[in-house]
Amino acid sequence: MMNPSHGRGLGSGGGSSSGRNQGGGETVVEMFPSGLRVLVVDDDPTCLMILERMLRTCLYEVTKCNRAEIALSLLRKNKHGFDIVISDVHMPDMDGFKLLEHVGLEMDLPVIMMSADDSKSVVLKGVTHGAVDYLIKPVRMEALKNIWQHVVRKRRTEWNVPEHSGSIEDTGERQQQQHRGVSGAAVSGGEDGADDNSSSVNEGNNWRSSSRKRKDEEGEDQGDDKEEDASNLKKPRVVWSVELHQQFVAAVNQLGVEKAVPKKILELMNVPGLTRENVASHLQKYRIYLRRLGGVSQHQGNLNNSFMTGQDASFGPLSTLNGFDLQALAVTGQLPAQSLAQLQAAGLGRPAMVSKSGLPVSSIVDERSIFSFDNPKTRYGDGLGHHGQQHQPQQQMNLLHGIPTGMEPRQLAGLQQQIPMGNRMSIQQQIAAVRAGHSTQNSGMLMPLAGQQPLPRGPPPMIPSSQASIRQPMLSNRISERSGFSGRNSIPESSRVLPTSYTNLATQHSSSSMAYNNFQQELPVNSFPLPSAPGLSVPVPVRKVPSYQEEVNSSEAGFSNPSYEMLTNRQNDWDLRSIGIAFDAHQDAESVAFSNSEAYSSSSMSRNNTAIAATEHGRNQQQPPLLHHQVYADGGNSSVRVKSERVSADSAAMAFHGQYSNQEDLMSALLKQEGIAPVDTEFDFDAYSIDNIPV
Amino acid sequence: MELVQMQKNLQDYTKSLFLEGILDSQFLQLQQLQDESNPDFVSQVVSLFFQDSDRILNDLSLSLDQQVVDFKKVDPHVHQLKGSSSSIGAQRVKNACVVFRSFCEQQNVEGCHRCLQQVKQEYYLVKNRLETLFKLEQQIVASGGMIPAMELGF
Repeated sequence: MMNPSHGRGLGSGGGSSSGRNQGGGETVVEMFPSGLRVLVVDDDPTCLMILERMLRTCLYEVTKCNRAEIALSLLRKNKHGFDIVISDVHMPDMDGFKLLEHVGLEMDLPVIMMSADDSKSVVLKGVTHGAVDYLIKPVRMEALKNIWQHVVRKRRTEWNVPEHSGSIEDTGERQQQQHRGVSGAAVSGGEDGADDNSSSVNEGNNWRSSSRKRKDEEGEDQGDDKEEDASNLKKPRVVWSVELHQQFVAAVNQLGVEKAVPKKILELMNVPGLTRENVASHLQKYRIYLRRLGGVSQHQGNLNNSFMTGQDASFGPLSTLNGFDLQALAVTGQLPAQSLAQLQAAGLGRPAMVSKSGLPVSSIVDERSIFSFDNPKTRYGDGLGHHGQQHQPQQQMNLLHGIPTGMEPRQLAGLQQQIPMGNRMSIQQQIAAVRAGHSTQNSGMLMPLAGQQPLPRGPPPMIPSSQASIRQPMLSNRISERSGFSGRNSIPESSRVLPTSYTNLATQHSSSSMAYNNFQQELPVNSFPLPSAPGLSVPVPVRKVPSYQEEVNSSEAGFSNPSYEMLTNRQNDWDLRSIGIAFDAHQDAESVAFSNSEAYSSSSMSRNNTAIAATEHGRNQQQPPLLHHQVYADGGNSSVRVKSERVSADSAAMAFHGQYSNQEDLMSALLKQEGIAPVDTEFDFDAYSIDNIPV
Repeated sequence: MELVQMQKNLQDYTKSLFLEGILDSQFLQLQQLQDESNPDFVSQVVSLFFQDSDRILNDLSLSLDQQVVDFKKVDPHVHQLKGSSSSIGAQRVKNACVVFRSFCEQQNVEGCHRCLQQVKQEYYLVKNRLETLFKLEQQIVASGGMIPAMELGF
C-alpha cells in the first residue's frame, strides 16, 4: 500500500477491493479485511481526512462523519451497515465514550476509540467502557491495518453463541486481544479453532502446556474439525445435557481420560447427530475441568468462589467446564462423590482427595482469570502448584457441590442482607456470580459481583489443590488490573473460578427444586441450610477450620442441590437477574466462585452481558470496582484472612439495582438479537466468555 | 532548472524540515498515502490543516483575550490542534500544544498567552515551509517529472 515513490498506488490495488462478499455470501468472507465497513467519527477534519485515506488504503469501505449524532443516526438507520466504528474521544457534541456506549448497546459493534490524549486514565476509560481498542493519535497505518481483527473476534463470539463449544474460548478471545494465532484462526473459526485460541490465550503456563498437549493429542481430530468448522461456521447447537454428559464421561472413563480421543468417544457414545467436533470441544473442556480439580484439590479457595449459596460454589473453583460433569453427576447421585473425587483425581493425575462431603474439591482455578478479558494471567497454573500445602486436609472441603464455600459468617450475613435487594443483579454481578461458581440462578445467593472487581475468592477452602494460592495470584493480578477494567474485568475476574455451574447445569434437570428455594431465602449467616438433596449424600464435613470453612462445608452439603436447582430454574431465563444476592463486600469468595454456568451456557450472552455490564458499569459507576478482596489462604489456620477493600459495595449494589431495568431490557434485547433461547441447558463453558471489551 | 536538480532540491529541502524537527515521520505516512489515484493527497490534507488551524488559533486568541479566561473552552481547542498537528507531522506545533495544555491545566493565563504565541510561531513556520515544499513539487510535476520518494533514515 505504501508508495513512497508516489507511483502506482491504490489505483491498481483498487481492483482488489471486491466488496464484502467475495466468496459469495459466506459470512466468513465478510470477515476479510477488504471491504470492511468502517464508520469514522472525528470532529477534526484533518484527522478525518487522513483516517479516511488510510482506511481506504487498507481496502476498507469508509464512511466518515464529524458529529457523533450523525454517526449514531447513520448507525441506527442501518444497523447492519457497518462492521466497526472508530471514534474520537473528545468531540464537541457528544463525548466519545457516550457514543461508544450507545454503539455497544444498540448495535453491538466493535468500537475503537482514538485520541491525541494518551493519558492512562482516558485509555482506561476507553477500556472500561468497552472499546475494543484505543489508538493514540497520530494514527498510523499499521494500527488501522489490523482493526479487522476486532470484527472477526466479535463475530466469532457471536457465531459461537449457539454452539456449545468454543464459545468460551471465543469470548475469551474476544476479551483478550491477545490471541495466539488469532489471525490465522480467526476466519477459519470453528470450535476447535476457538478452542485452540482460547487455550492459547491462557497465559498460565500450565494452561498453555496442557492445552497444547491436548491439541497435540487430538491434533488430527481437531485438524479435521477445524476444516469442518471453517466450512460450517454455524452449527446447530449441541446441548450437553446431563445424560449426554454422563454418556460422555462414561465413554471417556472407559477409554481412559488421558487417552480418550473424540473419535472413539463419539463411537462409544453412539449418539446420533453428535459430531466429533462437539465431542472434541467438550472433551477439551472436560480436561480443563479435570485439571482444575486436580490442582485445586488442596485448595479451599475453591469454596470461596462458591459463594455462599454454594450453588456451584462447590465447583466454584472449577473453572473448568468439565467440572460440571463430575460434580453434577456427583451431586445428582449418579456418581458417588467419592468416585467423583477419585475420578477427578485420576483425571488429574493426583491423589484422590475427597473432602469430607465426599466430593472432590475442585480447584477454583480462576479459569476466569485465565480467560478473563483483561488478564490472562492464569493464575491457575501458578496456583496449582504451590498452594496445596497450606491447608489442612480437612479443608479440602471445597466441595464442589455448589455449596457456597468459605463464606464467613459475616459474609453470609452480608449476603443475607443483600438478598432482599432483589433478584436483580446487574448483569455484571450475575456474570460475576456465575463466574464465581455459583449459578446465577441462585439469585439470592450470588453476590452481586458487580463486575467491579475481580473478587478474590474468599478464603480458599482447603482443597487439595491450593486454590488459595491460585487464587491469590489471580486476585492480585486482578486487583492490580482491576483499575484498568471495571465492568469488564470484574466479570472475568469473578469468573475465574469456573463455576461449578456446569455441574449444576448438568444436574439441573435432575436435581430437585426445593433446595434452591430454601437456599435463597434462608441463608443463614453462619450455616447453610442443608436441604436434603436427593442423591446427595454428602455428609457435612466437620470443620475445625474457621467459620469460613465451616460454611463452606455446610454450604456444600446443603446446597448442592439447590444450586442445581437454581440453575435449572434460572437457566431458562438466562436472565442473570435471578441472581439477587447483592454482593457483599465481605464476600470475596463469591466473585471467584461464580459459576460461569450462565456465562457458559451462552457464550454470546455472557459476552453481551459483559459488554452490557461493561458499558453499564462504566455508565453507572464511575467509581472504582467495588470490592477488592484479597484472600490469603491461611496455611493451617482456620482463620482466613480476607482483605477486602470495599470501595462502595452498597452504592454499587444499589447501582446495580438501578440498572436492572435497563439491563433486563438490554438482556432481552441482546438475547433476541443473539437469538439465544432463554433456556440454556447447554454447557457453554466458556469461562472466558464474560464479556466483551473492547476493552 | 533541470528536473533532476529540482528533484534534488526538493529532497534536500524536505530533509531539512525533518532534521529541524519541523516535520516528523507522520508526514512520511501521509506521503505514502499519496499515489496516482490520489496525487494531491498531501497538499489537500495540509490545506485542510491550515484552514482548520487558522480557525482554532483565532478562537484561541479570542478566548484568551477575555477578561475571564474560560479554560474549559481553551483546552479543547488546544487539544484538537495538538491532534491535527500531530496527524500531519507538524512536530513542533504539536510540542508547543503540549506545553500549552499544561499551562491550561494550571489555569495560568500568562503562561497560556505565551504558549499561544509559541504555537502561532511554530504554526506559521511549518505553514511557510510546507507551502514552499508544495511549490517545489508543483514545479517538478509541471516539468513533467515525478516527485522523488523520500529517503530518510527514519
